[in-house]
Amino acid sequence: MIGQGGHAPDGRRGRRRGRRGEAAMVPDAEFRSYYGRPILNPPVWKAADIAGYFFLGGLAGAGSVLAAGAHLTGRRAAARALKISSLAAITGSTAALIHDLGRPARFANMLRVMKPTSPMSMGSWLLAAYGPAAGAAAVLEVTGLLPRLGHAATAGAAALGPGVAAYTAALAADTAVPAWHEGYRELPFVFVGSAAAAASGMALVAAPARETAPMRTAAVCGTALEIGATKLMERRLGVIAETYRQGTAGRLMRAAQALTVAGAAGGALLGGRSRTAAVLGGAALLAGSACTRFGVFHAGLRSAEDPKYTVVPQRERIRERAAGAA
Amino acid sequence: MGFFTDTSVCIGCKACEVACKEWNAVPEDGLEFTGMSYDNTQGLGADTWRHVAFIEQDRPVSARPDDGTVPSAEGDGGMRWLMSSDVCKHCTHAACLDVCPTGSLFRTEFGTVVVQEDICNGCGYCIPACPYGVIDQRKGDGRAWKCTLCYDRLGAGMEPACAKACPTDSIQYGPLDELRERATLRVEQLHGMGVEDARLYGHDPEDGVGGDGAFFLLLDEPEVYGLPPDPVVTTRDLPSIWRHTGAAAAALAGGLAAVFAVHGLRGGPR
Repeated sequence: MIGQGGHAPDGRRGRRRGRRGEAAMVPDAEFRSYYGRPILNPPVWKAADIAGYFFLGGLAGAGSVLAAGAHLTGRRAAARALKISSLAAITGSTAALIHDLGRPARFANMLRVMKPTSPMSMGSWLLAAYGPAAGAAAVLEVTGLLPRLGHAATAGAAALGPGVAAYTAALAADTAVPAWHEGYRELPFVFVGSAAAAASGMALVAAPARETAPMRTAAVCGTALEIGATKLMERRLGVIAETYRQGTAGRLMRAAQALTVAGAAGGALLGGRSRTAAVLGGAALLAGSACTRFGVFHAGLRSAEDPKYTVVPQRERIRERAAGAA
Repeated sequence: MGFFTDTSVCIGCKACEVACKEWNAVPEDGLEFTGMSYDNTQGLGADTWRHVAFIEQDRPVSARPDDGTVPSAEGDGGMRWLMSSDVCKHCTHAACLDVCPTGSLFRTEFGTVVVQEDICNGCGYCIPACPYGVIDQRKGDGRAWKCTLCYDRLGAGMEPACAKACPTDSIQYGPLDELRERATLRVEQLHGMGVEDARLYGHDPEDGVGGDGAFFLLLDEPEVYGLPPDPVVTTRDLPSIWRHTGAAAAALAGGLAAVFAVHGLRGGPR
């Protein structure tokens, strides 16, 4: 006999996984597949471009909110640093997005239509509004020209920033990729928590300690939100949660948690007194946020590449529906 | 208009694959030996718009009720061979079309889903959005490609190339309601002959994608053929996705505002 089409045992998986002695959260799932080949076509997005964009978009968006807060409360050096970092991050992320297109010369087609059914379309319009606002806020801050317009741009970027930080979760969730779609309720909170941690980390690195007290609090809150939402998401995902715990994604998610917690703790406890602690804590927060986004990205790839994560949850859904109807 | 693919009469000749490639000038996409029975095509993608799956099973060829037991290799004497020509489903609720940010993907006057290749900028969003793994990015070209249900032939009153080339009428083209009627009769006929495994897939307008424009008669579970057992258009959950995203954005804005409110002006409490 050739192939796995006919027999469940050939489709059995899960035994070889779970290194590090992790206890299996769910029993080995039995399922059938076509020679173990994926059912979905996995995303063709490059990790450096798209996971990098998730990270930079979060850093920029949350950074603009922190910048406005610092601006309003007289923390001028922090405001200036965050405005510059937001402009740099959004410029880098836009470049990554265009670089990832199959036809970069046609990037302007992104603004050809406005489609609420496409988070990528809505995100493109959001970026088209946010980018110039963040740019104006930074340039006017540095040059000191047109202070009123600078205030308005700072406020505009802060108003749009949370959307920029959060919508990338909708972008990922609005796909058939099991690890992203099935986590759509928690993923936006993972992303904004991670964004707040990253932007706070940037402030710890770039601003003097006497101005970063709110950012140290924000780092702790963002870290708590990110880790809490990740735990909730993994609980909801059932068998799909494996994709966040194993392989490349598992290593990245564990690194993210360690770095973020260490960064938030070090930054919050010592960042007000020691410049070294602030810089190290901030760098750990930034690295942790990047690891989270790359971890989520790789979990998605993994979940699309293994038919198990398509078939088993869908079979479960069919069973539940049948039980409900009976 | 759409396809009904009756896999019970598919003979695995791959005339559909060849006809599709020839008519649509789809480029060659690798000459690999996979060891997957007679299937070296492997699956649908940018340069494979029809794909014939080959499944060899240790089961008697003769019809027998499926009692749910795992068939044993010895004793039953024989094997059966499942062959099925897969294609884009042209979903009633098409995720690829919904998520396309450029409007490159559109619904034709025939109810089919087609990519306008002069618009596509290769963002790749349609690819993970498809619950069936149909559409993909063409290497060296960067744009997304898939079955057009021979849009050009339909416009000229002709049937799609694959259906035209199919020697057993396993691939049938026509108005969907007519095809669904014919398919229901065929299933009843097969059940009458003792082929209890026969079932329709993608025919139900009430399913997760609002029914497929290309549906199938299968002789085993969909996943055996590499098809998802319960596909759902991802945008069905989009209102809720947007609500959760909006709540998260509001939490970020509100949370950070609260942090600054607590800390107050510079020099205030730490």
